[in-house]
Amino acid sequence: MLDAEFFRRWMTATAASVDREAERLTALDSPIGDADHGSNLQRGFTAVTAELEKEAPATPGAILILAGRQLISTVGGASGPLYGTLLRRTGKALGDAGEVGEDEFAKALRAGVDAVMTLGGAAPGDKTMIDALVPAVDALGDGFVAARAAAEEGAVATTPLQARKGRASYLGERSIGHQDPGATSSALLIAALTEAAGE
Amino acid sequence: MSDDKGEGLVGIVLVSHSAQVAASVAELAQGLAGGATAVPVAPAGGTEGGELGTSAELIAAAAASVDRGAGVAVLTDLGSAVLTVKALLAEGDELPDSTRLVDAPFVEGAVAAVVTAAAGADLAAVEAAASEAYTYRKV
Repeated sequence: MLDAEFFRRWMTATAASVDREAERLTALDSPIGDADHGSNLQRGFTAVTAELEKEAPATPGAILILAGRQLISTVGGASGPLYGTLLRRTGKALGDAGEVGEDEFAKALRAGVDAVMTLGGAAPGDKTMIDALVPAVDALGDGFVAARAAAEEGAVATTPLQARKGRASYLGERSIGHQDPGATSSALLIAALTEAAGE
Repeated sequence: MSDDKGEGLVGIVLVSHSAQVAASVAELAQGLAGGATAVPVAPAGGTEGGELGTSAELIAAAAASVDRGAGVAVLTDLGSAVLTVKALLAEGDELPDSTRLVDAPFVEGAVAAVVTAAAGADLAAVEAAASEAYTYRKV
């Protein structure tokens, strides 16, 4: 079972890896985006961990809802409402339970990913965070390590794609050959699950 | 803006990645509307730190400031501006009741919205007028 402490560790581990990888995310965002993905997410997840230290929600759902709200408020770019919606919807789907099973979490995360697709209008293959998140959710039934591998593969597989959403879509064919920064940060979020689980 | 101004008029929020763009379009729309100064219009541009981007806090504050009970029409430019407003609407309690994200070109839509709101039109009419600006071809 996954308790509130697990979800707090998930957010803390994500914040730490976004800190470590911020420069790489921004470098990926330079040729096809507006070169702020790393710093924007860093600001957002720093705010998330600060808020979780101040307030200590007792349930997995409440932790993710609080984290999502912080991201919407503080990121400043499109990744704020997108990641914010992902976490909030996942949190809402978890409800008030004090602990959740891994299957239940996988279902809730799928609801979160669906909400992101609705909000941004992106589908798999559009070269967005969805290209890492959908395979991750599909693999989650086989555990966090499998989900991490699927997300990383999904992120790498965005390289030959042409962007159809967001700032990169204006570049048309020139977006081909660059790994998508959003899919890359999504892979970090999924990888942090294994850290939270101590795997 | 004093409380007695714009009573019963639809409020308009202009969300841009740039503080200057949002403020200038607000000024332009009110100017072209023939000094429709009674219409409550609030810009919400850039981040709270004054950089390019979108701020959920500035948007929520702007929407609250123009709410006169007749609804609030929100016009946006691109990307995160659109997504942030949609996310705030999905939260349910972040924006005044009957706040609507209007699908319209930013500058032309703002002018149409302010002119229509100045005539005392309701939110649906303001939204329709702003959206209709998409159909005015220039060439």
